[in-house]
Amino acid sequence: MATREQNMLEALQAAFPDNASIQHSLDLIVMDVTPADLIAVATELHDNPALSFKQLSDLAGVDYATYGHDEWATDTENTASFSRAVNAASTGSLTFNTGLELPASDRPRFLVAYHVLSLDHNVRLRLRCAAPDDAMPVVPSVIPVWNNANWYEREAFDLFGILFDGHPDLRRILTDYGFIGHPFRKDFPLIGNVEMRYDSVKERVVYEPVSIEPRVLVPRVIREDSRYVAGETPKKDDA
Amino acid sequence: MSLVKPRKKTMPEIRNYTLNFGPQHPAAHGVLRLVLEMDGEVVERADPHIGLLHRGTEKLAESKPYNQSIGYMDRLDYVSMMCNEHGYVLAIEKLLGVEVPLRAQYIRVMFDEITRILNHLMWLGAHGLDIGAMTVFLYCFREREDLMDCYEAVSGARMHATYYRPGGVARDLPDRMPQYEASRFTSKSAAAKLNETRQGSMLDFIDDFTQRFPKYVDEYETLLTDNRIWKQRTVGIGVVSPERALQLGFTGPMLRGSGIEWDLRKKQPYEVYDQVDFDIPVGTNGDSYDRYLVRVEEMRQSNRIIKQCVDWLRANEGPVLTEDHKIAPPRRGDMKGDMESLIHHFKLFTEGFCLPEGEAYAAVEHPKGEFGCFLVSDGANKPYRLKVRAPGFPHLASLDEMARGHMLSDVVALIGTQDIVFGEIDR
Repeated sequence: MATREQNMLEALQAAFPDNASIQHSLDLIVMDVTPADLIAVATELHDNPALSFKQLSDLAGVDYATYGHDEWATDTENTASFSRAVNAASTGSLTFNTGLELPASDRPRFLVAYHVLSLDHNVRLRLRCAAPDDAMPVVPSVIPVWNNANWYEREAFDLFGILFDGHPDLRRILTDYGFIGHPFRKDFPLIGNVEMRYDSVKERVVYEPVSIEPRVLVPRVIREDSRYVAGETPKKDDA
Repeated sequence: MSLVKPRKKTMPEIRNYTLNFGPQHPAAHGVLRLVLEMDGEVVERADPHIGLLHRGTEKLAESKPYNQSIGYMDRLDYVSMMCNEHGYVLAIEKLLGVEVPLRAQYIRVMFDEITRILNHLMWLGAHGLDIGAMTVFLYCFREREDLMDCYEAVSGARMHATYYRPGGVARDLPDRMPQYEASRFTSKSAAAKLNETRQGSMLDFIDDFTQRFPKYVDEYETLLTDNRIWKQRTVGIGVVSPERALQLGFTGPMLRGSGIEWDLRKKQPYEVYDQVDFDIPVGTNGDSYDRYLVRVEEMRQSNRIIKQCVDWLRANEGPVLTEDHKIAPPRRGDMKGDMESLIHHFKLFTEGFCLPEGEAYAAVEHPKGEFGCFLVSDGANKPYRLKVRAPGFPHLASLDEMARGHMLSDVVALIGTQDIVFGEIDR
């Protein structure tokens, strides 16, 4: 860890003594925050000269619905070979109107990750804010603090259905006009739901259920790897 | 007393109207649809409608092993291909903790800078064309051709190279620069002229290019820098103060044009940027003209970096891809004779490699600004979530603020100065 990051870590711990989640990870500082505290924390991060996080680099929604679930069990023996992966329910194998049964989980499904940058101190910070309600994820809008959050929040709303309380213009941004659903959610099929073509009889563009066959070429696999012990940086492999 | 009554206006004078600009307009740089609220010829509000090129790259990446998504990154900002790959590959390397051989780092830096010149040439040509300077476009494309040949020589593809790999680059630089053959399109004499500089290795060719290039930049500058029309169209257009530039999330030349000295290559050096010598140009007024000057100077600086990389690469041999065959495939010859290599090869191309559980954010100084990749891994062979931070996204979002109070024709100049490419904005 560089000294500037060490200094920032201490400054952050001094500014937010109640927040136990502040830690250094890879080459930036990570901090968790609840939606109720988000605006106060963001304002402090922006205005406090010891922190001075003046720029919002990025805002990303994350859907944790299938986190840690693979398509190919690697810890037990199985005679079904490749077909066990092909038939597994996953985003890649969904078709029109077949919902994915989401595994039960105790962690909140939606999370918003803000990457902010302090130009004065040359440090990055990842601020993570989980939306408590899975059915209606709401997080306050940070536009008053970082103005460029506007489009980023529209994007997270469009792709994940995360609502941003206080956003002045929460419209869809990347998907088509009149699009239904939130495509980056894990239960949204990779091939989509509808396809469109020009109908020469009706003389207009029509939408129809997708006709492509979904397929998974390489199954999703999670390998137990002794080199990657949780929390440690990977060690050199001698093989 | 006159019998003629004063003429009554039969139609109210309408000054405010809504104008639809694009998405199929040549000055929209691809597929931008702008809904402009006008007061006469003055823009009152600009509402960019984006997403017409949305392909769901990030979702696609979630369904593929890590090494199969590198090609998608080329297609994000399709005029600075290798820089996109760089951001993605860096994020993977950060989570893996893999070391990149020094020679590969120099090759990456060299190609990042070649890419920067490619991008800025495309930008300069298109920006000039938007404002009405046709000649610059032709000049710029002349030089782009040489650099595309470098792309082709090293990867086999003129644009979408897929050259950077986790742990290094796909292969070493070729010993011979490919030469042109006479064909229906290239006469014998034209081919011979093109081949004059292509007699030696690829590094010889790039070296020769770096000798020629400053003179080319002088040519563009002769056409534009003191050109009265050019200055009338760019000076004082789209002024952004340093404070607003930060609030609006500007990075790269857009931020430096506003007078903030911030360049990731200097401030958070990756690869060997701390080993090479170059300067960061900074503007003072924050208008389109300053951003033009910044980008032109960046081309000269990139040229300097390329020259230094060429010198280093000539003097130092070495591997260009990590020897860790859990991540990078073994050599084909080894695979034929060595069982271990065969297994590595098979696993790598059927399943890929797994990343340790965690999150990483890697950013590079892309020609357009900060290109970042936020990677969430749950330990699988595919990303759990990949978020691409496209530099153009916040830039275009600021168009409303920048265009307010300007004339309609200035909107075209603003789209030009922002260096908009829809591949990265819509993703």
